[in-house]
Amino acid sequence: MSGVAVLDYGMGNLHSVAKALEAAGADKVWITHDPQLIARADRLVLPGQGAMRDCMAAMTREGIATVVHDALQNKPLLGICVGMQALLTTSQENGGVQCLNLYPGEVRFFGHALQEQAEILKVPHMGWNEVWQQPHPLWKNIADGSRFYFVHSYYCVPEQPQLTLGTTHYGLDFTAALGQHLVFAVQFHPEKSARHGLQLLHNFLNWNP
Amino acid sequence: MSLAKRIIPCLDVDAGRVVKGVRFVDIRDAGDPVEVARRYDAAGADEITFLDITASHEGRNTTLHTVERMASEVFVPLTVGGGIRSEADIRALLNAGADKVSINSAAIHNPLLIPRAAERFGSQCLVIAIDAKRTGPNRWEIFTHGGRTATGIDAVAWAIQMTEQGAGEVLLTSMDADGTQQGYDLELTRAVAEAVRVPVIASGGVGSLQHLADGLLVGKADAVLAASIFHFAQHSISEAKSYLQARGLVMRMDY
Repeated sequence: MSGVAVLDYGMGNLHSVAKALEAAGADKVWITHDPQLIARADRLVLPGQGAMRDCMAAMTREGIATVVHDALQNKPLLGICVGMQALLTTSQENGGVQCLNLYPGEVRFFGHALQEQAEILKVPHMGWNEVWQQPHPLWKNIADGSRFYFVHSYYCVPEQPQLTLGTTHYGLDFTAALGQHLVFAVQFHPEKSARHGLQLLHNFLNWNP
Repeated sequence: MSLAKRIIPCLDVDAGRVVKGVRFVDIRDAGDPVEVARRYDAAGADEITFLDITASHEGRNTTLHTVERMASEVFVPLTVGGGIRSEADIRALLNAGADKVSINSAAIHNPLLIPRAAERFGSQCLVIAIDAKRTGPNRWEIFTHGGRTATGIDAVAWAIQMTEQGAGEVLLTSMDADGTQQGYDLELTRAVAEAVRVPVIASGGVGSLQHLADGLLVGKADAVLAASIFHFAQHSISEAKSYLQARGLVMRMDY
């Protein structure tokens, strides 16, 4: 039995995440903010889309911060995109936003001067890019350097480099995956990353840290 | 540079059925958009674009249901365009499972739609679709109603304005090239790609693999959209990817 709660705080498309989890082998997926269901779930997924200010406001309103902090004591959590960024201390988006502060660090804007071989890079960073792995059970059966689907204009800079579990290059090297203990979080969208994304979700469902 | 260029097959869908025809060799029902999208996903398509050409209200509901089914079975990004007029339309499609919505004439009739939707749903899911016709040397104008109605709006200026106001990507179609199979309007593509800070998808006119390469290398597009060359099995997506990789472009090959 593997019941997963996809934390719903009113932001973003949770349908895709839920369907991908089912395709990856989840027995039961709840899209919810109901504390009782969350308590019953074996694992949590914290998705996120859209602007950070609205995301944090919605998380606060729905009590997500408490849920995340409580859950971290006893069950695995997968953060996705803004759901990863929210774990750090602050974000530069919307003129500066306080985040959940699970890990010290800042979420920074790629900027409009990002370059590669004298060419200005487009922002958002959108499309399939390579992720270079640090050893972790969630990378099982996924070749190092496999491509995942990204769409974001801000990136995570954790203060502790050992939190970084995957790195991607776009004008600069940035943290594409981070975590420790019961947490794994990714900047890309596993639910939209075809075979490799489903494998990562499958690995999360079978992860027993 | 490690970010891959994208290949995006486009399905024209009318009341839940693919039109314009899609011919796969061993496919039972070529009219079911979900089946077609699954094939493209398995074949290595980097995204799928679903253009809803339905006029009726009932057809629109069918579309939502089709998008829902597609999102349950296709695990690459899905963009839906056609007939989107309001924030409510956008919300309904995103809730059904679309990752992005492509907005065309509604952005012209309602200039506040893009900025308001960007604030509410985020730029990452908003594609501004621009249908442009050449009206002079280095000048292209926006046309609506399938290319019949001129708006007097300059295509490059419009692309800049819409992306500054919140559109996260540009889907650029040359009305002159569309359907000709003679290649993209490369000057138009390049003019827009160099003017905006967000990714640009080239569309309209692809007849060969060389045209895809030209759109990316000469037109400076970030992604190429094509319909007929893939639908009629003239070329497979993997064939296109191998060709583009051999031309020095970074492609996603590990699908």
